[in-house]
Amino acid sequence: MRLAIADSERCVGCQSCMFACSRRQGEAGLAASCIGVRSIGGMERGFTVVVCRACDNPPCVAVCPTDALKRRKGRGIALDAARCIGCGHCRDACILGAVFWDDEINKPMICVHCGYCVQFCPHGVLEFVKRGTIGNATG
Amino acid sequence: MLPDDPLANVLHIDLTGKAYWMEKRQDLFEACIGGAGVAIRLLNEECPAGCDALGRENPIILAIGPLTGLFPLASKTVAMFKSPHTGNLGESHCGGRSATAIRMAGCGAIVIKGASHFPIYLAIHDGKVYFRDASSLWGMESSFTVGRIIRENEPGAGIRTIMRIGRGGEQLVSYACVTAESYRHFGRLGLGAVFGSKKLKGVVISGRRSLPVSNKKEYRHLYEEVYRKAVESLVMRKYHDLGTAENVLVLNSMGGLPTRNLQEARFEEAAGISGEAFAEQFLGRRLACSHCPVACIHIAALREPYEDESYFYKTSMISYDYEPIYALGSMLGISDARGFLKLMDEVEKLGIDAISTGVILAWATEAMKRGIVSASEASGVKLNWGDHHGYMDAARLIVEQPNEFYRALARGVEYASSTYGGEDYALALGANEMPGYHTGPAAHAGVLIGARHSHLDNAGYSIDQKDTGARRPGAEELARNLLEEERWRQILSSLVVCFFARGIYGPETVSKALRLAGLDLATEDLRRIGKDIHRDKCRFKTREGFSLRELRIPRRILETETPLGQCSESAMREVLEHAERIIEKEEAEAH
Repeated sequence: MRLAIADSERCVGCQSCMFACSRRQGEAGLAASCIGVRSIGGMERGFTVVVCRACDNPPCVAVCPTDALKRRKGRGIALDAARCIGCGHCRDACILGAVFWDDEINKPMICVHCGYCVQFCPHGVLEFVKRGTIGNATG
Repeated sequence: MLPDDPLANVLHIDLTGKAYWMEKRQDLFEACIGGAGVAIRLLNEECPAGCDALGRENPIILAIGPLTGLFPLASKTVAMFKSPHTGNLGESHCGGRSATAIRMAGCGAIVIKGASHFPIYLAIHDGKVYFRDASSLWGMESSFTVGRIIRENEPGAGIRTIMRIGRGGEQLVSYACVTAESYRHFGRLGLGAVFGSKKLKGVVISGRRSLPVSNKKEYRHLYEEVYRKAVESLVMRKYHDLGTAENVLVLNSMGGLPTRNLQEARFEEAAGISGEAFAEQFLGRRLACSHCPVACIHIAALREPYEDESYFYKTSMISYDYEPIYALGSMLGISDARGFLKLMDEVEKLGIDAISTGVILAWATEAMKRGIVSASEASGVKLNWGDHHGYMDAARLIVEQPNEFYRALARGVEYASSTYGGEDYALALGANEMPGYHTGPAAHAGVLIGARHSHLDNAGYSIDQKDTGARRPGAEELARNLLEEERWRQILSSLVVCFFARGIYGPETVSKALRLAGLDLATEDLRRIGKDIHRDKCRFKTREGFSLRELRIPRRILETETPLGQCSESAMREVLEHAERIIEKEEAEAH
């Protein structure tokens, strides 16, 4: 299963998904969030949801110099924090902007496709789908 | 409070010396929670008695609360300052991303003092303050463009707030607003003019951090409970569906919709500017404040052809709500939704408060019709009920202030009528232009008593609407009920919970949520603190010369029938006297 963006036009910008992601990791606030919602150049034009799309050949994994990032079976990327030196190459490699950064610990934050945020999307923007289903990377 | 909670940080910014520093004020947040409670304390500390509201010594206080960033709907920022509009307490609340951004930037309150010698905007990222030259933004025609340029020059996309003023604030219109995220405002009492007087064009704030909670498991549990209520309960449905614009037909059918400067309280063409009409013909998008799943912000898409070139159109996205529809719609006799939207858009670009602007233009229209203001004084602009073109011209001239008449209008209807006459139909209560509820005596008494002369202070209109005539509350009971509601609302605005969510955040829920934020306050403590905060506000007002006895009640409010009949001046005064007595008695007990 993986997280996908069903329809970003329905997004109202409430950012409940961002806060949900932090709570799922036992945190409050936004430092740990692996999903982002921002306007497309002004709120009047709507929003884009930025999150890892679980690429088949993830560039973030390819550029990691310490093998701290690995593909997870079936869904997304796993970070081995003990191997991560916080170099930021993965962030630069992801053209979706889906590698978020926790400045408090200087490590990348990448979605693990748990689907928790979907429960807190009030308007059907996010969905949890079977792997292989076509979905938008960022919507 | 929790020892590592950054809420206790108060960020001080000196615009004169271009310096800033952070101060730990745990004492303030523990005693008065946050938001309004902390802001009034800081205002009392920082604002010298009798200071010039447009002078450099008038501070701007912004405060958020302990639930911001932790729970849904704790999404407001409270601003406090001395109001250039009333010369007394200035308090204004704004949503958008302002509250979350301040919390994530690592502070609970911001105090802005002094004045810059040249236009600047402040960029506050992760608690660091950058003073940016805003000379190129000063004088720019549209506040939307100002927002776009700041957006393109600053980091923090998605997690920032961009507060800015328009020309109205630069020109010190006493009811200029500060706009955040294009569509949300610190409206009413002239924060925009205070920004303008300091040459402060805007404030952008961003940050990204984690926040402590006392018990993670309970936190998740209570979060889910509050969230489900917010998305599923009927309490919030009104705000989801048609939005506050739903009120247009409701108030009109009961005869409480102020029309043509309150000469009537029913608008025969209200259907044209109803929430239903906007939803059907114009609703283009709905938006939410940060951390609010409700999305009450309704944006109309207005498509207009260019007259000089065929097959050439522009589409403007314009927000609408009940209050602007009343003030710039029914109050001006405008029933053409397109006309209303164009006027609304103009007022947004100028950055002036929509309610005050509408009420002032309504007074000016009547004053012209009665001949106390001539066409030449109005620079040739003709004000006629229903004609949005004239009102758009007049709104621009209020900001430009080419002559004495427009300079007077730029200071509000209380001032304009004291110069030109027409006080009987100058619809200000406590020197603030009236809100859109002519529902009965409680609505108007509530605005008069309310610390910021807003219908939201104590919701008197709601008391009127529950009045079935079976048992009408006496003056003392009414005063007591209004004050009790206002005191509870001090708690909500100290948590900075949106008033729309008042049905969700009852005392028990608030107490539980606060415990998770490290504040152990039982429901009776909350009531006591609510009283304390209200008393602090009353003290500030008294210090600055306010007296309930001296309030003017415009004759028009008494003459035009409400759904509960005509309001009598003596009955209203009786409510004010009781309110004064209750406040004085409790002040004496506090000593």
